[in-house]
Amino acid sequence: MEKVLTKNIRDNREPMTIGEYEQAGGWEAYKKALHEMKPTEVAGLVKEAGLRGRGGAGFPTGVKWSFMPRFEENPEKRPAHVYLVVNADEMEPGTFKDRLLMEGDPHQLIEAMAIASYAIGADIAYVFIRGEYTECQRKLQRAIDEAMEAGYLGQDILGTGFNLKMYLHMSAGRYICGEESALLSALEGRRAVPRHKPPFPAASGLFGQPTTVNNVETICNVPHIVKNGAEWYKSLGLHKDGGTKIFGASGHVARPGLVELPLGTKLSDLLDHFGGVRGGRKLKALLPGGGSTPLLTDEHLNTPMDYEGVGAVGSRLGTGTMVVIDDQTPIVGVLKNLEHFYAQESCGWCTPCRDGLPWVERILTNLEAGHGKPGDIELLDLHVKLLGPGKTFCAHAPGAMGPLESGLKYFRDELAALIPPEADTLDLTQPANAASNN
Amino acid sequence: MATIKIDGKQFEVDPTDNLLKVALSKGFDLPYFCWHPELHSVGACRQCAVKQYKNEDDTQGQIVMACMTPASDGGCFSIEDKEASDFRAQVIEWLMINHPHDCPVCEEGGECHLQDMTLMTGHTRRRYRGPKRTHRNQELGPFINHEMNRCIACYRCVRYYRDYADGDDLRVLGSHSNVYFGREADGAFNSEFSGNLVEVCPTGVFTDKTLGAHYNRKWDMQNAPGICTHCSLGCNTSPGSRQGILKRIQNRYHGEINHYFLCDRGRFGAGFVNREDRPRQPLVRADNGVLEPQDMDVMLASLKSVLAEAKGLVGIGSPRASLEDNFALRHLVGADNFHNGMSGPESHASLAALALLQEHAGRLPTLRDVESCDAVFVLGEDVTQFAPRLALSLRQAVRNEHHVLAEAANIPKWHARAVRDEGQHFYSPLFMAVPAATRLDDVATELFHLRPARIAELGFAVAAILDDAAPMPANIDEQTRTHAETIANALKTAKKPLVVAGTSLGSEAVLTAAGNVMRALESVHDDAGLFVTLNEANSLGMAMMSDRDVDHAFEAITSRRADTLIVMQNDLYERAQHGKVDAAIKAAKNLIVLDHSMTATIAKADYVLPAGSFAEADGTLVNNEGRAQRFFQVFIPEAPLQEGWRWCADLNRAIGKPVDWYGMDDLIDAIEAACPQFAGIKTAAPSTSFRKAGMRFPRSPHRYSGRTALYANVDVRERRPEVDVDSALAYSMEGYHGSDQPPALMAYAWAPGWDSNQAAITRFQDEVGGHLKGGDPGTRLLKVDANVPDYAPAEPKLVEGWQAIPRYHIFGSESQSAKAPAIQQRMPRAWFTLNEAGAKALGLAAADTLRLTIDGEIHALPVTIDPSLPDKTIGVPVGAHGLMGVRLPAAVSP
Repeated sequence: MEKVLTKNIRDNREPMTIGEYEQAGGWEAYKKALHEMKPTEVAGLVKEAGLRGRGGAGFPTGVKWSFMPRFEENPEKRPAHVYLVVNADEMEPGTFKDRLLMEGDPHQLIEAMAIASYAIGADIAYVFIRGEYTECQRKLQRAIDEAMEAGYLGQDILGTGFNLKMYLHMSAGRYICGEESALLSALEGRRAVPRHKPPFPAASGLFGQPTTVNNVETICNVPHIVKNGAEWYKSLGLHKDGGTKIFGASGHVARPGLVELPLGTKLSDLLDHFGGVRGGRKLKALLPGGGSTPLLTDEHLNTPMDYEGVGAVGSRLGTGTMVVIDDQTPIVGVLKNLEHFYAQESCGWCTPCRDGLPWVERILTNLEAGHGKPGDIELLDLHVKLLGPGKTFCAHAPGAMGPLESGLKYFRDELAALIPPEADTLDLTQPANAASNN
Repeated sequence: MATIKIDGKQFEVDPTDNLLKVALSKGFDLPYFCWHPELHSVGACRQCAVKQYKNEDDTQGQIVMACMTPASDGGCFSIEDKEASDFRAQVIEWLMINHPHDCPVCEEGGECHLQDMTLMTGHTRRRYRGPKRTHRNQELGPFINHEMNRCIACYRCVRYYRDYADGDDLRVLGSHSNVYFGREADGAFNSEFSGNLVEVCPTGVFTDKTLGAHYNRKWDMQNAPGICTHCSLGCNTSPGSRQGILKRIQNRYHGEINHYFLCDRGRFGAGFVNREDRPRQPLVRADNGVLEPQDMDVMLASLKSVLAEAKGLVGIGSPRASLEDNFALRHLVGADNFHNGMSGPESHASLAALALLQEHAGRLPTLRDVESCDAVFVLGEDVTQFAPRLALSLRQAVRNEHHVLAEAANIPKWHARAVRDEGQHFYSPLFMAVPAATRLDDVATELFHLRPARIAELGFAVAAILDDAAPMPANIDEQTRTHAETIANALKTAKKPLVVAGTSLGSEAVLTAAGNVMRALESVHDDAGLFVTLNEANSLGMAMMSDRDVDHAFEAITSRRADTLIVMQNDLYERAQHGKVDAAIKAAKNLIVLDHSMTATIAKADYVLPAGSFAEADGTLVNNEGRAQRFFQVFIPEAPLQEGWRWCADLNRAIGKPVDWYGMDDLIDAIEAACPQFAGIKTAAPSTSFRKAGMRFPRSPHRYSGRTALYANVDVRERRPEVDVDSALAYSMEGYHGSDQPPALMAYAWAPGWDSNQAAITRFQDEVGGHLKGGDPGTRLLKVDANVPDYAPAEPKLVEGWQAIPRYHIFGSESQSAKAPAIQQRMPRAWFTLNEAGAKALGLAAADTLRLTIDGEIHALPVTIDPSLPDKTIGVPVGAHGLMGVRLPAAVSP
């Protein structure tokens, strides 16, 4: 299979310098875009290629770009700045794919950002990097400096009149910073609290200006699409979704790591790439694309790993980096760990998330410790329902409910069996506004 | 207009509003926390969940937050829907997980929005079994108590404090279920408007410490409609009392003035009413020189002979006392012998302000209107310290640019966070020509730190640029011209420009210049507004009553034209130099003082009559926009303490000058008859005989407890409620209560299910955050004068040498609040301020003592460097914390 995103990555070696990258065909797509294509043509190409967001939500990138206001016709209306922000705050549990791209081939990201900025009319591009990714920061900064020196960034780039400044911003470290609007708040120096949409970032984003936020892996596809065309890109996928994907596995697999494979690769094949479940054990469940994607089980091994395929079996492709759980692992511990993470990473803005998630965590803690009571499972069900989309301010709590809902679906008996029989029979299943009887 | 349906009922609504505001305005009980009429929507608490249907056929619907949902045409909603109401109950259950349920010992109990909302949703049963998280509280100074465990994290406090009032020392700390609302360290809040946190907080995290010190429940308070007496703006207050002790000041909603917010001086400055050292008995100076209590009848008898033997009476009124008290004194001494109680410069400035207001009577925006002005030019006034509530309104005015930008980006006006994100640091123009840095500088477009005459010069230049017919001051420099052009251009191109000027600098020239600016602006703009601030609560009323100031009074005494000085609620030492007051008092054969507080003047008085403060009297004050507003007695003081005007009536009768004022109505009639300029004050509030359904209006809410036992130590029989002969209010919880009660007679805000002040008022407004039903109280007295005078000559009279100018402080510069214990703890040290070059020229370093001679009297204070001051300018702290009776600006030679 053709490697696209990872072809320049050399094991255990420093990433390519700008010279090496150019020799490997780097920055050609950028030159092609700048010299031969209009910004709208680049955006149109990406839309045509069907590139979908690799950060988890899977939103079509070209469509997102098309929301950006255009000022080619009336440059006098152009705001002070238009921003591209790359979300490199990779904090989804079990996810480490963007790190590989940034550490392995930083120039690919810089070139991708430059092309994307050209396509959307941005004059300032930020990379918002997870605070712990100091290695990425070092390598990206060097790549930016090299690109600057080579004239790929700055003023009047390659004599085309296109201007672009690029900055790295190290996150202070909250999971919610990966939520694009919270990321913008953090980038502005404020609390990382998500924003209500509308307005969308394209209308009022960073510092109130038109902004597009893209994930690292997503945007790294752009130079290849520009260079090779939309049809080529679509042909990389095995099903409806085009392109390759960096898949990963952690947890109870024999060889945890990352691999670039076509979108639509079968789940069982994917597991084989990582050597299958560790120690000859059986698969109990897996999170297909990060902590907030609903669990899959051994029933789903034939699922094609793309947006459509995983969606069809009630989960999400997410980041495409799975966490594998073997059959010796009690599910309650898995769920408790996850909910602990989401409860702790709630920004504290909206009530259901801030106060509901710790309650969920506590119920799971009680169940694990053998202190469960009748009604606990129903309370979990209630939270799954009430922490759903639209009821909370952003997608954080609904995401946290993904594994819980599927856990309750596939392992209900295992969870219910944790409630000791002698537990008192106080009926806790009534709604919160039912008349009190005590 | 749009048509929407809520629970099957159809409503005509404004589509630019959100559904929550609409639902509340239409009388629905829809619970909410994070939303506030002034802070708008952010969708944080998720309490106002309702069902939204795609159309009438949609039976499924989906849950949306009413506060974040536009009331668009064709909208179909349900509040009653089971899923929505269950969700709202669930939100309360979540909020209550960590709430301590300490209502029995919580100061908020009984007026707690959280209690109300909990009841409204029907949540009664707790299913959470774990422990509660706890927080440490902070010591937040003398005004506000902090109890973080009660916090439900609605973010209203920070949204009010940071986003609305632009404060920076209250913040959200921590995250997830451990968010903490506090300061980085213990200490009093920096903002002049921190007290509003007490009412903005929906539960008991921030509570009124001055109330907590002698706490009782809301329902045990006897209230009255009050008017703040601590500056000229006339914010409406609701003072609460029990058993003759003033417990607290709450905001009283006025749709055109203060609406939901007060300043800290107004809220915490009333403590002077409870002071032990107040004169509560008639006092007479005994032969040994000590003031001794005297029986009321004996006192009146001796005063009768004093007055009979007097060779001429001189009456000095007070700009901090009501029209009624002042008029009663005027009647006693005769109109020609009555003085307005202001110092010479203060009086001249107030008269100039009055003339200015009269001239532009058709263009006087209310304080509320100020918020919608989109270009502001402030001449001279440090509003943050002199008329603080105005500063809060100006902070809203500069954010009009946010709304312009938001509208262009199709962001609804109620979408608070998005409006701010879009607006960023783009503010509507605010130009301030002031002597030194102020606490409003952070939102100013440009600052001009100038001495008073230079401020006038800049004003004259702005006028001349706006209108060629206006005179340009001679020899102005290029810089001043450039500044003036910038300002003139901003005013001219604004939709609603505003000129702010006032009396704080004691400079008539500044007011004259402001007049020219207004006149010139009116020639090019239809919606120009003028906002004038004055020194005290009734400064404008006193300027209207008399143009004679204390200098005239002293002159009458020292020239022996009269020998008896009668002073109404005034401390002469605040009005003139010490020596001058001493000389006048010495020259007077008798000094009779009627006052509620112990003053330096009382210390020299021969006779003292204890007069009621605002809490113990009714009266009318004329605020800075010429609005006559009535305040009412909160509690009946213990005899013989009585209203100033009642003492004057007694004295009038004693000297055989019978008056027929037996109640406020009579007196108000007499004022209108004698002083046509006050025609209309009668309509400021309904008369004593006014009734609704045959009933008076209660001062206390249900269920005022202990009524039968309150005075059992005096008499075990239940007392009959006192009959109020001065107003239509009752000393009772019984009487007429309803949304159609006259707003001027609303002693407290309560509606079924809504016990908190800020939420209950909704039921009395024409729409949420709008005007009060029946009209916002008060009567504007100034009538439009058809005669437009010519431009004043542009002669700012520049001063070359050293000049001393007054500097005000919110805590200290107003004499009544300066006697309140809480305010006293916040009064700053007194410093002379001057810039570095000035200090160097005088050979002074910070903290050195400067001895400064002003009007022949030497004042010594340490100096501090204020780099914002103009050269050769010394800032003099005026008021209780600094110097009193100094007349500024003054040429000095340090």
